[in-house]
Amino acid sequence: MPDPMRIRAQFTDGVTTVRVLMSHEMETGLRKDAQGMIVPAWFIQQVTAQLNDRTVLTAQWGPSVAKNPYLQFRIKGGAAGDRVTISWIDNRDETRTDSAVVT
Amino acid sequence: MDRVRGLRRVMRAMRFALAVDAASLLALACPVQAQPPAQPLAQPGVKSAVDGIAEYREMLADGNPAELFTAKGEALWKTARGPKAATLERCDLGKGPGIVKGAFVELPRYFADTGRVQDLESRLLTCMQELQGFDAAQIAALPFGKGEQSTVESLVSYVASESAGLPMNLPQSDASERLMYELGQRAFFYRAGPMSFACATCHGAAGRRVRLQVLPDLTRNPGDGLGMAAWPAYRLSTGELWGMQRRLNDCFRQQRFPYPGYTSPVTIALEVYMGVNAKGAASAAPALRR
Amino acid sequence: MCSRREALLRSAQLASMLAGLGLLPRIVSAQAAAQVQGQAAPPTLVVAGATTAWNAVAFEAKSVADVMNALGAAMPVASAEVALTAPDIAENGAVVPVAVSVALPGVKRILLLVEKNPATLSAVFDVTAQVEPALSTRVKMGQTSNVFAVAITGDDRVFYASKEVKVTLGGCGG
Repeated sequence: MPDPMRIRAQFTDGVTTVRVLMSHEMETGLRKDAQGMIVPAWFIQQVTAQLNDRTVLTAQWGPSVAKNPYLQFRIKGGAAGDRVTISWIDNRDETRTDSAVVT
Repeated sequence: MDRVRGLRRVMRAMRFALAVDAASLLALACPVQAQPPAQPLAQPGVKSAVDGIAEYREMLADGNPAELFTAKGEALWKTARGPKAATLERCDLGKGPGIVKGAFVELPRYFADTGRVQDLESRLLTCMQELQGFDAAQIAALPFGKGEQSTVESLVSYVASESAGLPMNLPQSDASERLMYELGQRAFFYRAGPMSFACATCHGAAGRRVRLQVLPDLTRNPGDGLGMAAWPAYRLSTGELWGMQRRLNDCFRQQRFPYPGYTSPVTIALEVYMGVNAKGAASAAPALRR
Repeated sequence: MCSRREALLRSAQLASMLAGLGLLPRIVSAQAAAQVQGQAAPPTLVVAGATTAWNAVAFEAKSVADVMNALGAAMPVASAEVALTAPDIAENGAVVPVAVSVALPGVKRILLLVEKNPATLSAVFDVTAQVEPALSTRVKMGQTSNVFAVAITGDDRVFYASKEVKVTLGGCGG
C-alpha cells in the first residue's frame, strides 16, 4: 500500500489553492544501483484531481517528474468544507487516493 | 614547461583555497601561462551563483517532501509496535514522558535513566528498546534507510517538526553536558585522515564554500536554520531524509575518516559543541537541502 | 492474450500514427483509438472523468518536435501569454521547480518539456474550465537545458515559453 499523500486545500478570494505532495520513487529506469544493475522504471503515470465528485484536472506524467512529486494548482471557486480528492496510478498499476477538506 | 608550472601554481592555490568557482575552473581547463583573474562571486548587474541558489531554494520552500516523513513519523510514534506492542507515547525526550514539542531544540542532553548525554537518534533507540522491545544495537548496525533505520528517520523528522521555529537551547547544567562540549570542541578541531582534515577545515571560519555550497561557521552561532538547526533535512539529490547522525556520518566520509559508530560518543560530543554554539538560532528542521 | 499495457501502448501508437497521417482529429483519446481498432476501450483510472490513456510514444520522444508529433499537435509558437517560472540555476537537477501560468482563454492542455532530457516530455496536464491554467510542479533535469512550457487552447492553437535552467549537478543518474 503506497504511502499517503499530503494534501492542503485553501480557499481564499474566490480561488481554492491545492498543494499536493505525493510519496513515490519516480524511478526513471536509467539509474544503476550499487551492483551496476538498472533500477527498473517505476513512476506515476496518471493523476486525477477532483473537487467533490467532479474531475477538474487530469495529468499524464513521465519518469522525469521529480521524486516525491509536488503539484500545486488552483480551482476556480470552491468553498471551505468542499472535498479535494487526488488519485494516482503508476506503471505497476499501483494506485493511491487521498482527500482533504478545503479550509 | 610554462604550462606545467602554471598548472602547479594553480593547483597549490586550489588546495589551500577550498573555494573554487565554476568560471575559474573553466579557465583552468584551457592551457594558461599566467593565473586567470579570480572571478568574484558577485558581479554588478549579474545574479551571483549564491543568489541563484538562494532563489532556487526559495522556490522549493513551499512543499518540503520532509512533510511525508513527518507524517509517517507521527503515525509511527502513536502506533503500537515491536515485541512489546507499545507506542512511543511515553518516550521521554528530555522534557518528560511523551512531551515532543520543544524537545528537539534541547538535544543532545543528559538523561538520568541511561546516565549519559544522548542525542535524538540515540534517545529514540533507547525508547524503541525500553518501550517497544526492539534491539537498539541491531538497529544501530543497520545501514541508513533500511528496516527500522527508516522508522528512526521518520521519527526524527516528526520530533524535529514539533520544534520548528524554536530557538536552539541545549542545556549545559549537568557536568557531563559540559564535558561533552569540551570533547566536541576537541573533536571538531582534530585533524586526521589521509587529507589531514578536521571539521574546522570546512566549518572553522565564516565565508568558506565548496563549489557552490556555502559552508556555515560552526564554531559560533551560524544563524537561523543552519548547522544543528538545519538537520534533519530532506535531501533533494537523493530524496532521502537525513538526520544529524547521517549528516555526520557523511562528513566523516568526505574527510576520508573511518565511519563513526551510529550515535557513538564522538558524534554526540560534536552535536553538543555545535548545538551549544548555535544557542538562539531558530530551528528550520526538518529543512530542505541539495 | 494482450495485456492492458500492451493495449494502451498499441492504441497510443496507432493513434499517433493516424494523427500524423491526418486521419484522426487532434488529441485523440485511447477510447476513440481502441474503437477504431475494434477492441473494447482499455480501462484507465478508476475515477470518474479519466479518459486519456498514457501516451507512451510521447513520453519516449527525444525532441520537442517528436513530442508534439506524438501528441498530434502543431509545433508551438512563442507567446508572451505563457509565463514559465523556473530558477536560473538548479542546485540539483533531481528537483527543479517549474511553474506555468497561461493568460490565454480556453486553455485545455499544458505540457512541460525538458529539451535535453533522455525523454523530452515531462508532464501533460489536461485542465478543465474549473481550474486556472496555471500550475507548479518539480521536474528532473539531466543537464543544463531549455525548459519548455506549452499551452494548447481549445481551438488547437499551440503556444510556448522557454527558459534555460543551468544544472550544477545532473539529477537523472543518481
